Amino acid sequence: MSQTLLERAAAPAARLMLVDCDVHHALRSPADLHPYLSQRWREHLKTYGSRKPTPFTGASPFFKSAPALSRKDTWPPAGGTPGSDLAFMQEQLLDRYGIEAGMLHLLSITGMDQRNQDFGAALCRAINEWQYAEWTQQDRRLKAAIVVPGEDAPAAIAEIEHWAGNRDFCQVSLVTHTIEPMGRRRYWPIFEAAAANGLPIGLHSSGSNGHAISPAGWSSFYTEEHHSIAISQQGLVSSLVCEGVFSRIPALKVVIVEAGLAWVPSLCWRLDRHWARMRDEVPHLTRPPSEYIREQMWFTTQPMDEPENPDDLRDILSWLGWDRILFATDYPHWDFDDPDTAMKVSLTEQQRRMVFRDNARSVYGLDK
Amino acid sequence: MSKHVVATVAEIPPGKRKLVTVRGRSIAVFNLDGEFYGLFNRCPHQGGPMCEGILTGLIQSNEPGHYEYSRAGEILRCPWHGWEFDVRTGQSFCDPSKISVRSYPMEVAPGQTVVQGPYVAETIPVTVEEQYVVVEM
Amino acid sequence: MSFPTTGAIDCDLHPAVPGMRALLPYLDDHWREQVVVRGIDGLDPSSFPVNIPANGRPGSRPDGGKPGSDLALLQQQALAPFHTRFGICNVLYGAQSVHNVDLAAALSRAINDWLAAEWLDREPRLRGSIVVPIQDIDLAVDEIDRRAADHRFVQILLPAASDAPYGKRRYWPLFAAAERHGLPVCLHAGSTFRHATTLNGWPSYYLEDTVAMSQAHQAQLLSLVSEGVFTKFPGLTVVLAESGFTWLPQFMWRAVKTWRAMRAEIPWVDRAPSEIIRDHVRFTLQPTDAPPDAAMMARTIEQIGTDRFLLFSTDYPHWHFDAQAALPEGLSPALVQRMLIDNPLETYPRLRESLP
Repeated sequence: MSQTLLERAAAPAARLMLVDCDVHHALRSPADLHPYLSQRWREHLKTYGSRKPTPFTGASPFFKSAPALSRKDTWPPAGGTPGSDLAFMQEQLLDRYGIEAGMLHLLSITGMDQRNQDFGAALCRAINEWQYAEWTQQDRRLKAAIVVPGEDAPAAIAEIEHWAGNRDFCQVSLVTHTIEPMGRRRYWPIFEAAAANGLPIGLHSSGSNGHAISPAGWSSFYTEEHHSIAISQQGLVSSLVCEGVFSRIPALKVVIVEAGLAWVPSLCWRLDRHWARMRDEVPHLTRPPSEYIREQMWFTTQPMDEPENPDDLRDILSWLGWDRILFATDYPHWDFDDPDTAMKVSLTEQQRRMVFRDNARSVYGLDK
Repeated sequence: MSKHVVATVAEIPPGKRKLVTVRGRSIAVFNLDGEFYGLFNRCPHQGGPMCEGILTGLIQSNEPGHYEYSRAGEILRCPWHGWEFDVRTGQSFCDPSKISVRSYPMEVAPGQTVVQGPYVAETIPVTVEEQYVVVEM
Repeated sequence: MSFPTTGAIDCDLHPAVPGMRALLPYLDDHWREQVVVRGIDGLDPSSFPVNIPANGRPGSRPDGGKPGSDLALLQQQALAPFHTRFGICNVLYGAQSVHNVDLAAALSRAINDWLAAEWLDREPRLRGSIVVPIQDIDLAVDEIDRRAADHRFVQILLPAASDAPYGKRRYWPLFAAAERHGLPVCLHAGSTFRHATTLNGWPSYYLEDTVAMSQAHQAQLLSLVSEGVFTKFPGLTVVLAESGFTWLPQFMWRAVKTWRAMRAEIPWVDRAPSEIIRDHVRFTLQPTDAPPDAAMMARTIEQIGTDRFLLFSTDYPHWHFDAQAALPEGLSPALVQRMLIDNPLETYPRLRESLP
């Protein structure tokens, strides 16, 4: 690699309108939710606040590489944290890159993994109200995910049904660090509700469940925690497949967000090989696991995998299926992928359209 | 090649920087203890705006758990993915032989010299009393 | 197809401990009595329940016995068909999951003594890995120092998942002992169940636990590299056994990408993680987790970027291939030769002492 890498990057076509499948908006502060919370929960938010199985009230014990996990140049000039200023986001992301639709994923504060479950449900509702009023209705390019409390299936289903049919919401989101592997049956009703309402599940790595961040225990460094996102999603995908979520709910679509995707083919090969020897344990899987993955799952590109030989990425994308791949920037995070320069392998016109736009329009039903 | 005036010395105090454009190239100019260095404003990784990055010291180690800190303020982190670059040379620290950002040697020239020419000073008025940061490109 | 060569070195065999009764002769008076009086038994690891067909290939179970518990069957089924010159025995029994560290140490020692007396003494082609009580690092180092004089023991055996990632400094005395004795450290698939088998808790199915083992291996590899174990112990080799290896390219790409951004957090990592892995880490062959076509396997190996990483194994009696089809498609003849003989000899220096 050298500074000629930029020249090697595929030259952007005449400006293709993009769909960005991972945009992070943000609250300026928890007080932004006050208009959407009852008195009781406003007070609770101010006092007891957000409580998760993590040791600090104000941070993760794996400190990130940059404040607010964000690029230094995304702090809005008018104040506030990165992603909290719509006007700045429009200028710096949506307008600059010709983004015709951006899928919003809120990371903090969430109601999705609160230990107080009533509070969690109230927060989810407030967050969804806030997203609708202050984001998706303010810029029609932005689409929200219905955030739901994943450990509380009845509350999650109620939240899905409340927003279903509202075209500002294109998917259902729950934290990926669930207390049980996400394919387990306690989560099935949530998936069934999403599928019944024609909504994909968008799984952006997030949340805390009290388990160590690897099956081998607690790592030391953010370097490891950041990489563990890709590793943990392998377990999540395995669970969805092996528990039969896809065979049970053929209409269900699942999008894996912000985990990269180069790990998917080798996971598929491993799942298929071991399934072949253990089919008797899982008779509900009537087909090789990789088939379910390649029919009912989609993967965002960010953080873009960077093989030593950039062309090796084409093998990965091709094996997954060009229709499975969804471009994402992850704006404003520090490992943001620039739409013009992040894709180092040259694509055909058709591949480019699919990856940067058409696949997302299809999965998220933007043309209905 | 011609000599271009990019700034007055006074407008870039030690530890500060200025973003300039010379012959269509966007260059970030840094003052490290009175010496000036210019780096191309696009990171070789994905083109991030180098001038917006933070300056840190250099952390090295031969032994896990031991940290040697030196060269405070001389390492530029790309504001996007955090790659470290030596402001003085443009070399990356992750792969110094293969990854670098183009560096432009900067000089200080006294106003008298600059006034005599030939210098290109499109946007900066030149007087004999001042000192100027210049680059040859 | 007959196996392409003689002199192959099988780097992952599993002689099975029939039960605690078999270890009694190798315990001291105190522990022997404790085991009997308290009825201590049943330590077959949950990572490898013995009745699951995948854990005992057809014909590997003697009448009423566990797969891999019979030497004659192992000779016939694992050694003979591959003209094996040396086979490295990794005993999977639950000593490393026991909470009482003194008992763990006694059991580990007994397992190693049992292996030496009933397998290594009886079959000159067999070699052993030192089972150590990883629960207590001082006791683990004691067992290594005690066992190292027997050069039929060629590596140190750890489960792939125990209390903490192995890069952590609390484990470093073990790596120091390994480096001192010139012994590789093997991280073999299997969990002590101190943590759930995935970071999202406990899957329903054994299939998932099995697949999840590669996630433990990836986390361990990341830990060893990030914590600077190979900077601190430049003479150390780590073997990942029964981990699969087709995930390695994407792992290296991601590790390098992250390191370029986070170098300052782990400044003792002085070169790309991919280079460190190529120099210090080896992988046994089975299970291959092979892609469906040979061309993709060849590409994967090319992406791994070295022909020195792969070590032949059958993983007997675990059932990953039918008949003698141990070699996946897509391996070049040169790689096969390296894998069968050269790489194991380089990885396990003690094997060379037995060569003519």
